[in-house]
Amino acid sequence: MAREITGMVERRGMGLWLTHLLMIAGVLVIFFPIWLAFVASTVTQPEIVKPPMPLWPGDRFVENYTAALFSGVNVPVLTMLANSMVMAIGIAVGKIIISLLSAFAIVYFRFPGRNIFFWLIFLTLMLPVEVRIVPTYQVIAGFGMLNSYSGLIFPLIASATATFLFRQFFLTIPDELAEAARVDGARPMRFFWDILLPMSRTNIAALFVILFIYGWNQYLWPLLITTDPSMNTIVMGIKQMFPSGDDVADWPVIMATSILAMVPPVVVVISMQKLFIRGLVDSEK
Amino acid sequence: MEKRVTFKGWLLPLCLIAPQVFISAVFFFYPAGQAVWQSLFIPDPFGLSSRFVGLGNFEYLLGDPYYRSAFVTTAIFSTLVTLTAMVPALFLAVLADRLVKSAGVYRTLLIWPYAVAPAVAGVLWLFMFNTRVGVVAWYLGQLGYDWNHVLNQGEAMGLVVVASSWGRISYNFLFFFAALQAVPRSIIEAAAIDGARFWRRFFTIVLPLLSPTTFFLLVVNVVYAFFETFGVIHTITSGGPQQATTILVYKVFSDGFVGQDLGSSAAQSVILLVVVGLLTVVQFKFVEKRVHY
Repeated sequence: MAREITGMVERRGMGLWLTHLLMIAGVLVIFFPIWLAFVASTVTQPEIVKPPMPLWPGDRFVENYTAALFSGVNVPVLTMLANSMVMAIGIAVGKIIISLLSAFAIVYFRFPGRNIFFWLIFLTLMLPVEVRIVPTYQVIAGFGMLNSYSGLIFPLIASATATFLFRQFFLTIPDELAEAARVDGARPMRFFWDILLPMSRTNIAALFVILFIYGWNQYLWPLLITTDPSMNTIVMGIKQMFPSGDDVADWPVIMATSILAMVPPVVVVISMQKLFIRGLVDSEK
Repeated sequence: MEKRVTFKGWLLPLCLIAPQVFISAVFFFYPAGQAVWQSLFIPDPFGLSSRFVGLGNFEYLLGDPYYRSAFVTTAIFSTLVTLTAMVPALFLAVLADRLVKSAGVYRTLLIWPYAVAPAVAGVLWLFMFNTRVGVVAWYLGQLGYDWNHVLNQGEAMGLVVVASSWGRISYNFLFFFAALQAVPRSIIEAAAIDGARFWRRFFTIVLPLLSPTTFFLLVVNVVYAFFETFGVIHTITSGGPQQATTILVYKVFSDGFVGQDLGSSAAQSVILLVVVGLLTVVQFKFVEKRVHY
Protein backbone atom coordinates (compact mmCIF):
# COMPACT_ATOMS: atom_id res chain seq x y z
CA MET A 1 0.00 0.00 0.00
CA ALA A 2 3.00 2.26 0.22
CA ARG A 3 2.57 5.12 -2.12
CA GLU A 4 5.12 7.42 -3.64
CA ILE A 5 4.97 10.73 -1.88
CA THR A 6 4.94 13.50 -4.39
CA GLY A 7 4.85 17.12 -3.43
CA MET A 8 1.99 17.94 -5.74
CA VAL A 9 -0.99 16.91 -3.67
CA GLU A 10 0.51 16.32 -0.24
CA ARG A 11 -0.08 18.99 2.32
CA ARG A 12 2.93 20.36 4.09
CA GLY A 13 3.50 22.72 6.99
CA MET A 14 0.33 24.17 8.43
CA GLY A 15 -2.01 21.96 6.46
CA LEU A 16 -0.24 18.82 7.53
CA TRP A 17 -0.34 19.82 11.18
CA LEU A 18 -4.00 20.70 10.92
CA THR A 19 -4.73 17.28 9.47
CA HIS A 20 -2.81 15.63 12.30
CA LEU A 21 -4.66 17.76 14.80
CA LEU A 22 -8.06 16.83 13.41
CA MET A 23 -7.08 13.18 13.29
CA ILE A 24 -5.92 13.21 16.90
CA ALA A 25 -9.13 14.95 17.92
CA GLY A 26 -11.09 12.23 16.13
CA VAL A 27 -9.12 9.46 17.82
CA LEU A 28 -9.63 11.10 21.23
CA VAL A 29 -13.38 11.41 20.74
CA ILE A 30 -13.63 7.79 19.60
CA PHE A 31 -11.49 6.66 22.50
CA PHE A 32 -13.23 8.64 25.21
CA PRO A 33 -15.85 6.01 26.19
CA ILE A 34 -13.14 3.36 26.65
CA TRP A 35 -10.94 5.76 28.61
CA LEU A 36 -13.80 6.69 30.90
CA ALA A 37 -14.63 3.04 31.53
CA PHE A 38 -11.00 2.40 32.37
CA VAL A 39 -10.89 5.35 34.77
CA ALA A 40 -14.10 4.19 36.43
CA SER A 41 -12.58 0.76 36.93
CA THR A 42 -9.69 2.23 38.93
CA VAL A 43 -11.53 4.47 41.38
CA THR A 44 -13.87 3.92 44.33
CA GLN A 45 -17.64 3.77 44.23
CA PRO A 46 -18.10 7.06 46.18
CA GLU A 47 -15.91 8.86 43.64
CA ILE A 48 -18.27 7.80 40.88
CA VAL A 49 -21.65 8.31 42.52
CA LYS A 50 -20.76 11.87 43.48
CA PRO A 51 -20.45 13.45 40.02
CA PRO A 52 -18.43 14.55 38.31
CA MET A 53 -16.18 11.53 38.54
CA PRO A 54 -12.44 12.05 37.99
CA LEU A 55 -11.09 11.81 34.44
CA TRP A 56 -7.73 10.44 35.50
CA PRO A 57 -7.19 6.85 36.80
CA GLY A 58 -7.20 6.29 40.54
CA ASP A 59 -5.28 3.75 42.61
CA ARG A 60 -7.91 1.04 43.01
CA PHE A 61 -6.98 -0.92 39.89
CA VAL A 62 -5.87 -4.07 41.70
CA GLU A 63 -8.75 -4.06 44.21
CA ASN A 64 -11.49 -3.54 41.64
CA TYR A 65 -10.21 -6.07 39.14
CA THR A 66 -9.60 -8.65 41.85
CA ALA A 67 -13.15 -8.09 43.12
CA ALA A 68 -14.55 -8.47 39.62
CA LEU A 69 -12.49 -11.50 38.61
CA PHE A 70 -12.91 -13.53 41.76
CA SER A 71 -16.27 -12.54 43.17
CA GLY A 72 -18.13 -10.45 40.59
CA VAL A 73 -21.79 -9.69 41.25
CA ASN A 74 -23.74 -12.87 40.49
CA VAL A 75 -20.81 -15.02 39.47
CA PRO A 76 -17.02 -14.46 39.29
CA VAL A 77 -16.05 -12.73 36.07
CA LEU A 78 -13.36 -15.34 35.62
CA THR A 79 -16.12 -17.91 35.06
CA MET A 80 -17.83 -15.70 32.50
CA LEU A 81 -14.51 -15.11 30.73
CA ALA A 82 -13.95 -18.86 30.51
CA ASN A 83 -17.48 -19.37 29.13
CA SER A 84 -16.95 -16.67 26.52
CA MET A 85 -13.63 -18.19 25.55
CA VAL A 86 -15.16 -21.64 25.06
CA MET A 87 -18.06 -20.18 23.08
CA ALA A 88 -15.93 -17.95 20.83
CA ILE A 89 -13.33 -20.62 20.09
CA GLY A 90 -16.02 -23.27 19.68
CA ILE A 91 -17.88 -21.17 17.13
CA ALA A 92 -14.73 -20.21 15.23
CA VAL A 93 -13.24 -23.71 15.12
CA GLY A 94 -16.55 -25.48 14.53
CA LYS A 95 -17.54 -23.23 11.69
CA ILE A 96 -14.13 -23.45 10.05
CA ILE A 97 -14.09 -27.25 10.20
CA ILE A 98 -17.57 -27.88 8.81
CA SER A 99 -17.12 -25.21 6.14
CA LEU A 100 -13.75 -26.51 4.99
CA LEU A 101 -15.19 -29.99 4.57
CA SER A 102 -18.34 -28.93 2.77
CA ALA A 103 -16.54 -26.47 0.52
CA PHE A 104 -14.11 -29.23 -0.42
CA ALA A 105 -17.01 -31.53 -1.27
CA ILE A 106 -18.82 -28.89 -3.32
CA VAL A 107 -15.80 -27.76 -5.31
CA TYR A 108 -13.95 -31.02 -5.88
CA PHE A 109 -16.71 -33.56 -6.40
CA ARG A 110 -19.71 -34.11 -8.60
CA PHE A 111 -22.28 -36.01 -6.61
CA PRO A 112 -26.03 -36.40 -6.69
CA GLY A 113 -27.83 -33.52 -5.01
CA ARG A 114 -24.76 -31.30 -5.11
CA ASN A 115 -26.64 -28.31 -6.44
CA ILE A 116 -29.50 -28.69 -4.01
CA PHE A 117 -27.11 -28.84 -1.07
CA PHE A 118 -25.26 -25.87 -2.42
CA TRP A 119 -28.41 -23.75 -2.54
CA LEU A 120 -29.62 -24.96 0.83
CA ILE A 121 -26.37 -23.88 2.40
CA PHE A 122 -26.47 -20.66 0.47
CA LEU A 123 -29.92 -19.85 1.87
CA THR A 124 -28.59 -19.87 5.43
CA LEU A 125 -26.57 -16.79 4.55
CA MET A 126 -29.70 -14.76 4.67
CA LEU A 127 -31.17 -15.24 8.10
CA PRO A 128 -29.47 -13.97 11.24
CA VAL A 129 -30.20 -15.80 14.47
CA GLU A 130 -32.04 -12.72 15.78
CA VAL A 131 -34.85 -13.41 13.34
CA ARG A 132 -35.51 -17.01 14.28
CA ILE A 133 -34.87 -16.80 18.00
CA VAL A 134 -38.10 -18.22 19.35
CA PRO A 135 -38.18 -21.47 17.32
CA THR A 136 -34.42 -21.95 17.66
CA TYR A 137 -34.82 -21.55 21.40
CA GLN A 138 -37.54 -24.22 21.34
CA VAL A 139 -35.27 -26.60 19.45
CA ILE A 140 -32.45 -26.11 21.95
CA ALA A 141 -34.84 -26.47 24.88
CA GLY A 142 -36.25 -29.65 23.30
CA PHE A 143 -32.76 -31.15 23.10
CA GLY A 144 -32.13 -30.21 26.74
CA MET A 145 -29.29 -27.99 25.57
CA LEU A 146 -30.17 -24.92 27.66
CA ASN A 147 -27.27 -23.82 29.83
CA SER A 148 -24.77 -25.86 27.86
CA TYR A 149 -21.85 -25.03 25.62
CA SER A 150 -23.29 -26.98 22.73
CA GLY A 151 -26.47 -24.92 23.01
CA LEU A 152 -24.39 -21.77 22.88
CA ILE A 153 -22.30 -22.87 19.95
CA PHE A 154 -24.28 -24.96 17.45
CA PRO A 155 -27.05 -22.56 16.41
CA LEU A 156 -24.42 -19.93 15.66
CA ILE A 157 -22.35 -22.07 13.35
CA ALA A 158 -25.35 -22.78 11.12
CA SER A 159 -24.45 -20.16 8.57
CA ALA A 160 -22.72 -20.39 5.25
CA THR A 161 -20.43 -17.35 5.16
CA ALA A 162 -17.33 -19.43 5.80
CA THR A 163 -18.35 -22.14 3.33
CA PHE A 164 -18.69 -19.49 0.69
CA LEU A 165 -15.35 -18.01 1.42
CA PHE A 166 -13.55 -21.34 1.18
CA ARG A 167 -15.44 -22.19 -1.98
CA GLN A 168 -14.28 -18.95 -3.59
CA PHE A 169 -10.73 -19.64 -2.49
CA PHE A 170 -10.67 -23.27 -3.66
CA LEU A 171 -11.89 -22.17 -7.06
CA THR A 172 -8.78 -20.02 -7.47
CA ILE A 173 -6.42 -22.94 -6.80
CA PRO A 174 -4.91 -24.15 -10.07
CA ASP A 175 -6.46 -27.33 -11.45
CA GLU A 176 -2.99 -28.74 -12.10
CA LEU A 177 -2.54 -29.44 -8.40
CA ALA A 178 -5.58 -31.68 -8.17
CA GLU A 179 -4.69 -33.21 -11.51
CA ALA A 180 -1.18 -34.05 -10.31
CA ALA A 181 -2.54 -35.50 -7.10
CA ARG A 182 -4.94 -37.67 -9.07
CA VAL A 183 -2.26 -38.87 -11.45
CA ASP A 184 -0.07 -39.78 -8.48
CA GLY A 185 -2.93 -41.88 -7.22
CA ALA A 186 -3.43 -39.73 -4.12
CA ARG A 187 -6.79 -40.22 -2.53
CA PRO A 188 -9.02 -37.14 -2.15
CA MET A 189 -8.47 -36.80 1.59
CA ARG A 190 -4.72 -36.97 1.09
CA PHE A 191 -5.02 -34.07 -1.36
CA PHE A 192 -7.15 -32.22 1.19
CA TRP A 193 -4.64 -32.68 4.02
CA ASP A 194 -1.38 -32.28 2.14
CA ILE A 195 -2.24 -29.59 -0.38
CA LEU A 196 -5.53 -27.83 0.21
CA LEU A 197 -5.21 -27.31 3.96
CA PRO A 198 -1.67 -25.87 3.93
CA MET A 199 -2.66 -23.57 1.07
CA SER A 200 -5.67 -22.29 3.01
CA ARG A 201 -3.66 -21.39 6.09
CA THR A 202 -3.94 -17.62 5.73
CA ASN A 203 -7.64 -17.78 4.90
CA ILE A 204 -8.28 -19.97 7.90
CA ALA A 205 -6.41 -17.60 10.20
CA ALA A 206 -8.19 -14.54 8.82
CA LEU A 207 -11.54 -16.22 9.22
CA PHE A 208 -10.67 -17.30 12.73
CA VAL A 209 -10.13 -13.69 13.76
CA ILE A 210 -13.49 -12.60 12.38
CA LEU A 211 -15.39 -15.55 13.82
CA PHE A 212 -13.75 -15.27 17.20
CA ILE A 213 -14.97 -11.70 17.53
CA TYR A 214 -18.38 -12.63 16.19
CA GLY A 215 -18.69 -15.39 18.79
CA TRP A 216 -17.25 -13.38 21.65
CA ASN A 217 -19.59 -10.45 21.04
CA GLN A 218 -22.83 -12.45 20.90
CA TYR A 219 -25.46 -11.07 23.22
CA LEU A 220 -29.04 -12.09 22.50
CA TRP A 221 -28.45 -15.80 22.16
CA PRO A 222 -26.52 -16.33 25.42
CA LEU A 223 -29.05 -14.05 27.12
CA LEU A 224 -31.84 -16.44 26.18
CA ILE A 225 -30.32 -19.80 26.80
CA THR A 226 -28.05 -19.29 29.81
CA THR A 227 -30.41 -18.87 32.74
CA ASP A 228 -27.83 -20.33 35.11
CA PRO A 229 -25.38 -17.51 36.06
CA SER A 230 -22.45 -19.92 36.00
CA MET A 231 -23.01 -20.35 32.24
CA ASN A 232 -23.25 -16.61 31.49
CA THR A 233 -20.85 -15.19 28.97
CA ILE A 234 -19.13 -11.98 29.89
CA VAL A 235 -20.75 -9.80 27.23
CA MET A 236 -24.27 -10.69 28.35
CA GLY A 237 -23.28 -10.97 32.00
CA ILE A 238 -22.50 -7.25 32.36
CA LYS A 239 -26.12 -6.27 32.02
CA GLN A 240 -27.02 -8.86 34.66
CA MET A 241 -24.74 -7.05 37.10
CA PHE A 242 -27.02 -4.03 37.24
CA PRO A 243 -29.41 -4.20 40.17
CA SER A 244 -33.05 -4.41 39.16
CA GLY A 245 -34.56 -1.97 41.67
CA ASP A 246 -33.43 1.43 42.81
CA ASP A 247 -30.16 0.14 44.22
CA VAL A 248 -27.01 1.82 43.03
CA ALA A 249 -24.99 -0.23 40.60
CA ASP A 250 -21.50 -1.29 41.65
CA TRP A 251 -19.89 0.84 38.95
CA PRO A 252 -16.19 0.14 39.55
CA VAL A 253 -16.76 -3.61 39.30
CA ILE A 254 -19.12 -3.28 36.33
CA MET A 255 -16.66 -1.08 34.48
CA ALA A 256 -13.76 -3.40 35.30
CA THR A 257 -15.86 -6.21 33.81
CA SER A 258 -16.57 -4.13 30.70
CA ILE A 259 -12.85 -3.56 30.22
CA LEU A 260 -12.18 -7.29 30.74
CA ALA A 261 -14.91 -8.08 28.21
CA MET A 262 -13.20 -6.06 25.50
CA VAL A 263 -9.62 -7.10 26.15
CA PRO A 264 -9.61 -10.48 24.35
CA PRO A 265 -11.25 -9.29 21.10
CA VAL A 266 -9.17 -6.09 21.08
CA VAL A 267 -5.96 -8.07 21.58
CA VAL A 268 -6.94 -10.42 18.76
CA VAL A 269 -7.77 -7.53 16.41
CA ILE A 270 -4.69 -5.45 17.17
CA SER A 271 -2.20 -8.30 17.17
CA MET A 272 -3.54 -9.80 13.97
CA GLN A 273 -4.45 -6.54 12.29
CA LYS A 274 -3.37 -7.56 8.81
CA LEU A 275 -5.22 -10.85 8.95
CA PHE A 276 -8.22 -9.15 10.48
CA ILE A 277 -8.54 -6.57 7.73
CA ARG A 278 -8.07 -9.25 5.14
CA GLY A 279 -10.72 -11.42 6.77
CA LEU A 280 -13.08 -8.49 7.00
CA VAL A 281 -12.75 -7.55 3.37
CA ASP A 282 -12.95 -11.18 2.24
CA SER A 283 -15.97 -12.12 4.30
CA GLU A 284 -17.99 -9.19 3.05
CA LYS A 285 -17.29 -9.80 -0.60
CA MET B 1 -17.46 -21.20 -12.04
CA GLU B 2 -16.69 -24.90 -11.89
CA LYS B 3 -13.61 -27.01 -11.51
CA ARG B 4 -12.64 -29.10 -14.51
CA VAL B 5 -10.68 -31.56 -12.43
CA THR B 6 -12.70 -33.42 -9.85
CA PHE B 7 -12.42 -36.54 -7.80
CA LYS B 8 -14.61 -39.57 -8.29
CA GLY B 9 -17.06 -41.01 -5.84
CA TRP B 10 -20.22 -39.84 -4.13
CA LEU B 11 -20.12 -41.37 -0.68
CA LEU B 12 -17.12 -39.36 0.51
CA PRO B 13 -18.47 -35.95 -0.56
CA LEU B 14 -21.82 -36.74 1.02
CA CYS B 15 -20.04 -37.54 4.28
CA LEU B 16 -18.00 -34.36 4.00
CA ILE B 17 -21.01 -32.17 3.50
CA ALA B 18 -23.14 -34.01 6.06
CA PRO B 19 -22.09 -32.05 9.19
CA GLN B 20 -22.98 -28.72 7.66
CA VAL B 21 -26.22 -29.99 6.17
CA PHE B 22 -27.19 -31.56 9.49
CA ILE B 23 -26.48 -28.42 11.52
CA SER B 24 -28.22 -26.20 8.97
CA ALA B 25 -31.24 -28.48 8.97
CA VAL B 26 -31.61 -28.75 12.74
CA PHE B 27 -30.67 -25.24 13.79
CA PHE B 28 -31.67 -23.30 10.73
CA PHE B 29 -34.25 -24.78 8.41
CA TYR B 30 -36.35 -26.43 11.06
CA PRO B 31 -36.58 -23.27 13.22
CA ALA B 32 -37.17 -21.08 10.17
CA GLY B 33 -39.93 -23.44 9.06
CA GLN B 34 -41.34 -23.39 12.57
CA ALA B 35 -41.41 -19.61 12.49
CA VAL B 36 -43.49 -19.70 9.33
CA TRP B 37 -45.74 -22.45 10.72
CA GLN B 38 -46.27 -20.79 14.11
CA SER B 39 -47.08 -17.51 12.44
CA LEU B 40 -50.32 -19.12 11.22
CA PHE B 41 -51.54 -20.04 14.72
CA ILE B 42 -52.58 -18.40 17.95
CA PRO B 43 -51.65 -20.53 20.97
CA ASP B 44 -54.11 -20.46 23.87
CA PRO B 45 -52.91 -18.73 27.04
CA PHE B 46 -51.84 -22.00 28.66
CA GLY B 47 -49.87 -23.18 25.67
CA LEU B 48 -51.88 -26.41 25.52
CA SER B 49 -53.34 -26.02 22.08
CA SER B 50 -53.31 -23.53 19.29
CA ARG B 51 -55.90 -22.30 16.88
CA PHE B 52 -55.24 -21.95 13.17
CA VAL B 53 -55.79 -18.37 12.11
CA GLY B 54 -54.26 -18.31 8.64
CA LEU B 55 -52.88 -14.89 7.99
CA GLY B 56 -54.69 -13.52 11.04
CA ASN B 57 -51.47 -12.76 12.90
CA PHE B 58 -50.18 -10.75 9.97
CA GLU B 59 -53.45 -8.93 9.57
CA TYR B 60 -53.43 -8.09 13.23
CA LEU B 61 -49.81 -6.94 13.13
CA LEU B 62 -50.26 -4.68 10.16
CA GLY B 63 -53.21 -3.04 11.87
CA ASP B 64 -51.43 -2.82 15.21
CA PRO B 65 -50.30 0.78 15.86
CA TYR B 66 -47.46 -0.47 18.08
CA TYR B 67 -46.09 -2.64 15.32
CA ARG B 68 -46.41 0.11 12.76
CA SER B 69 -44.64 2.50 15.06
CA ALA B 70 -41.86 -0.09 15.50
CA PHE B 71 -41.48 -0.03 11.72
CA VAL B 72 -41.18 3.75 11.70
CA THR B 73 -38.76 3.62 14.65
CA THR B 74 -36.62 1.07 12.80
CA ALA B 75 -36.55 3.22 9.68
CA ILE B 76 -35.50 6.32 11.63
CA PHE B 77 -33.03 4.37 13.73
CA SER B 78 -31.30 2.63 10.84
CA THR B 79 -31.09 5.82 8.77
CA LEU B 80 -29.53 7.71 11.66
CA VAL B 81 -27.14 4.87 12.53
CA THR B 82 -26.02 4.53 8.92
CA LEU B 83 -25.34 8.26 8.60
CA THR B 84 -23.68 8.59 12.00
CA ALA B 85 -21.48 5.59 11.29
CA MET B 86 -20.50 6.52 7.74
CA VAL B 87 -19.96 10.29 7.62
CA PRO B 88 -17.36 10.54 10.42
CA ALA B 89 -15.69 7.39 9.07
CA LEU B 90 -15.32 8.93 5.63
CA PHE B 91 -14.01 12.14 7.14
CA LEU B 92 -11.41 10.29 9.21
CA ALA B 93 -10.44 8.11 6.25
CA VAL B 94 -9.86 11.21 4.09
CA LEU B 95 -7.66 12.65 6.82
CA ALA B 96 -5.74 9.39 7.25
CA ASP B 97 -5.28 9.10 3.51
CA ARG B 98 -3.39 12.39 3.52
CA LEU B 99 -1.08 11.23 6.27
CA VAL B 100 0.51 8.41 4.36
CA LYS B 101 3.39 7.89 6.76
CA SER B 102 1.51 7.79 10.04
CA ALA B 103 -1.79 6.44 8.72
CA GLY B 104 -0.95 2.98 10.07
CA VAL B 105 -0.69 4.28 13.63
CA TYR B 106 -4.03 6.04 13.43
CA ARG B 107 -5.60 2.99 11.86
CA THR B 108 -4.45 0.81 14.74
CA LEU B 109 -5.93 3.28 17.21
CA LEU B 110 -9.20 3.55 15.34
CA ILE B 111 -9.78 -0.19 14.97
CA TRP B 112 -10.37 -0.67 18.70
CA PRO B 113 -14.07 0.11 18.96
CA TYR B 114 -14.89 -2.46 16.28
CA ALA B 115 -13.79 -5.20 18.66
CA VAL B 116 -16.09 -3.92 21.39
CA ALA B 117 -19.37 -5.83 21.52
CA PRO B 118 -22.50 -3.75 20.88
CA ALA B 119 -23.79 -4.71 24.32
CA VAL B 120 -20.56 -3.53 25.96
CA ALA B 121 -20.67 -0.33 23.90
CA GLY B 122 -24.18 0.12 25.27
CA VAL B 123 -22.89 -0.13 28.84
CA LEU B 124 -20.08 2.36 28.14
CA TRP B 125 -22.44 4.95 26.69
CA LEU B 126 -25.01 4.33 29.36
CA PHE B 127 -22.32 5.05 31.91
CA MET B 128 -21.43 8.38 30.30
CA PHE B 129 -25.03 9.51 30.05
CA ASN B 130 -26.42 7.88 33.18
CA THR B 131 -28.81 10.36 34.75
CA ARG B 132 -27.30 9.91 38.20
CA VAL B 133 -23.59 9.34 37.72
CA GLY B 134 -22.92 10.01 34.02
CA VAL B 135 -20.08 12.44 33.43
CA VAL B 136 -21.42 13.78 30.16
CA ALA B 137 -24.92 14.09 31.58
CA TRP B 138 -23.48 15.97 34.55
CA TYR B 139 -21.53 18.43 32.40
CA LEU B 140 -24.59 18.94 30.24
CA GLY B 141 -26.44 19.75 33.44
CA GLN B 142 -23.80 22.35 34.30
CA LEU B 143 -24.41 23.92 30.92
CA GLY B 144 -28.07 24.12 31.76
CA TYR B 145 -29.22 21.15 29.68
CA ASP B 146 -31.22 18.65 31.67
CA TRP B 147 -30.34 15.29 30.10
CA ASN B 148 -32.73 12.44 30.82
CA HIS B 149 -32.88 9.66 28.28
CA VAL B 150 -35.00 7.59 30.68
CA LEU B 151 -37.92 9.96 30.15
CA ASN B 152 -37.14 11.84 26.97
CA GLN B 153 -37.82 9.83 23.82
CA GLY B 154 -35.64 11.91 21.52
CA GLU B 155 -32.67 11.70 23.85
CA ALA B 156 -33.14 7.95 24.24
CA MET B 157 -33.10 7.56 20.46
CA GLY B 158 -30.05 9.80 20.15
CA LEU B 159 -28.17 7.78 22.73
CA VAL B 160 -28.85 4.37 21.19
CA VAL B 161 -27.99 5.75 17.74
CA VAL B 162 -24.63 7.09 18.88
CA ALA B 163 -23.82 3.97 20.91
CA SER B 164 -24.70 1.74 17.93
CA SER B 165 -22.73 3.81 15.43
CA TRP B 166 -19.62 4.16 17.52
CA GLY B 167 -18.08 0.74 16.80
CA ARG B 168 -19.20 0.88 13.19
CA ILE B 169 -17.17 4.01 12.56
CA SER B 170 -14.06 1.82 12.83
CA TYR B 171 -15.47 -0.70 10.42
CA ASN B 172 -16.48 1.89 7.83
CA PHE B 173 -13.20 3.69 8.28
CA LEU B 174 -11.27 0.56 7.29
CA PHE B 175 -13.25 0.15 4.08
CA PHE B 176 -13.16 3.83 3.12
CA PHE B 177 -9.47 4.01 3.87
CA ALA B 178 -8.71 0.96 1.71
CA ALA B 179 -10.82 2.43 -1.10
CA LEU B 180 -9.10 5.79 -0.88
CA GLN B 181 -5.71 4.14 -1.05
CA ALA B 182 -6.81 2.47 -4.25
CA VAL B 183 -7.73 5.72 -6.01
CA PRO B 184 -5.13 6.14 -8.77
CA ARG B 185 -2.64 8.81 -7.85
CA SER B 186 -2.27 9.98 -11.42
CA ILE B 187 -5.90 11.09 -11.68
CA ILE B 188 -5.63 13.18 -8.54
CA GLU B 189 -2.41 14.74 -9.75
CA ALA B 190 -3.84 15.50 -13.16
CA ALA B 191 -6.71 17.31 -11.48
CA ALA B 192 -4.30 19.14 -9.22
CA ILE B 193 -2.31 20.32 -12.25
CA ASP B 194 -5.55 21.56 -13.75
CA GLY B 195 -5.89 23.68 -10.66
CA ALA B 196 -8.62 21.77 -8.83
CA ARG B 197 -8.34 22.37 -5.10
CA PHE B 198 -8.68 19.68 -2.49
CA TRP B 199 -12.41 19.81 -1.87
CA ARG B 200 -13.20 20.15 -5.53
CA ARG B 201 -11.03 17.12 -6.29
CA PHE B 202 -12.76 15.29 -3.47
CA PHE B 203 -16.30 15.90 -4.66
CA THR B 204 -15.74 15.57 -8.41
CA ILE B 205 -13.23 12.71 -8.53
CA VAL B 206 -12.68 10.87 -5.28
CA LEU B 207 -16.28 10.60 -4.10
CA PRO B 208 -17.60 9.17 -7.39
CA LEU B 209 -14.74 6.64 -7.39
CA LEU B 210 -15.74 5.64 -3.87
CA SER B 211 -19.34 5.00 -4.85
CA PRO B 212 -19.09 1.18 -5.01
CA THR B 213 -17.63 1.13 -1.49
CA THR B 214 -20.18 3.67 -0.27
CA PHE B 215 -23.08 1.68 -1.61
CA PHE B 216 -21.74 -1.54 -0.19
CA LEU B 217 -21.32 0.07 3.22
CA LEU B 218 -24.78 1.56 3.01
CA VAL B 219 -26.34 -1.88 2.69
CA VAL B 220 -24.09 -3.48 5.30
CA ASN B 221 -24.77 -0.71 7.81
CA VAL B 222 -28.51 -0.90 7.31
CA VAL B 223 -28.36 -4.65 7.89
CA TYR B 224 -26.27 -4.00 11.00
CA ALA B 225 -28.73 -1.42 12.35
CA PHE B 226 -31.62 -3.80 11.75
CA PHE B 227 -30.22 -6.95 13.30
CA GLU B 228 -27.09 -6.44 15.33
CA THR B 229 -28.01 -3.53 17.56
CA PHE B 230 -30.18 -5.55 19.91
CA GLY B 231 -27.47 -5.53 22.59
CA VAL B 232 -27.21 -1.74 22.56
CA ILE B 233 -30.94 -1.22 22.91
CA HIS B 234 -31.37 -3.90 25.52
CA THR B 235 -28.60 -2.51 27.73
CA ILE B 236 -29.45 1.18 27.38
CA THR B 237 -33.20 1.62 27.06
CA SER B 238 -34.88 -1.80 26.90
CA GLY B 239 -36.94 -0.38 24.08
CA GLY B 240 -38.30 2.55 26.05
CA PRO B 241 -39.38 5.13 26.96
CA GLN B 242 -42.86 4.35 25.68
CA GLN B 243 -41.43 2.06 23.00
CA ALA B 244 -39.52 4.99 21.48
CA THR B 245 -36.51 2.76 20.80
CA THR B 246 -38.30 -0.52 20.11
CA ILE B 247 -36.98 -1.61 16.74
CA LEU B 248 -38.37 -4.65 14.91
CA VAL B 249 -35.82 -7.15 16.19
CA TYR B 250 -36.34 -5.91 19.71
CA LYS B 251 -40.07 -6.39 19.33
CA VAL B 252 -39.64 -10.00 18.18
CA PHE B 253 -37.76 -10.58 21.41
CA SER B 254 -40.05 -8.64 23.73
CA ASP B 255 -43.28 -10.08 22.29
CA GLY B 256 -41.90 -13.61 22.06
CA PHE B 257 -39.98 -13.95 25.30
CA VAL B 258 -41.30 -11.26 27.58
CA GLY B 259 -44.89 -11.14 26.32
CA GLN B 260 -45.03 -14.86 25.42
CA ASP B 261 -47.11 -14.02 22.35
CA LEU B 262 -45.58 -16.72 20.16
CA GLY B 263 -47.88 -16.40 17.16
CA SER B 264 -47.29 -12.70 16.80
CA SER B 265 -43.57 -13.06 17.43
CA ALA B 266 -43.35 -15.75 14.74
CA ALA B 267 -45.27 -13.58 12.28
CA GLN B 268 -42.85 -10.75 13.01
CA SER B 269 -39.96 -13.13 12.33
CA VAL B 270 -41.46 -13.97 8.97
CA ILE B 271 -41.85 -10.30 8.09
CA LEU B 272 -38.23 -9.70 9.06
CA LEU B 273 -37.27 -12.68 6.96
CA VAL B 274 -38.80 -10.94 3.95
CA VAL B 275 -36.93 -7.75 4.83
CA VAL B 276 -33.62 -9.63 5.04
CA GLY B 277 -34.41 -11.31 1.73
CA LEU B 278 -34.97 -7.94 0.05
CA LEU B 279 -31.79 -6.48 1.51
CA THR B 280 -29.84 -9.52 0.34
CA VAL B 281 -31.21 -9.16 -3.16
CA VAL B 282 -30.15 -5.50 -3.19
CA GLN B 283 -26.71 -6.51 -1.98
CA PHE B 284 -26.28 -9.18 -4.64
CA LYS B 285 -27.54 -6.96 -7.41
CA PHE B 286 -24.85 -4.56 -6.36
CA VAL B 287 -22.16 -7.23 -6.22
CA GLU B 288 -22.97 -8.17 -9.79
CA LYS B 289 -22.75 -4.55 -10.81
CA ARG B 290 -19.42 -4.15 -9.13
CA VAL B 291 -18.01 -6.98 -11.21
CA HIS B 292 -18.80 -4.98 -14.33
CA TYR B 293 -17.55 -1.80 -12.82
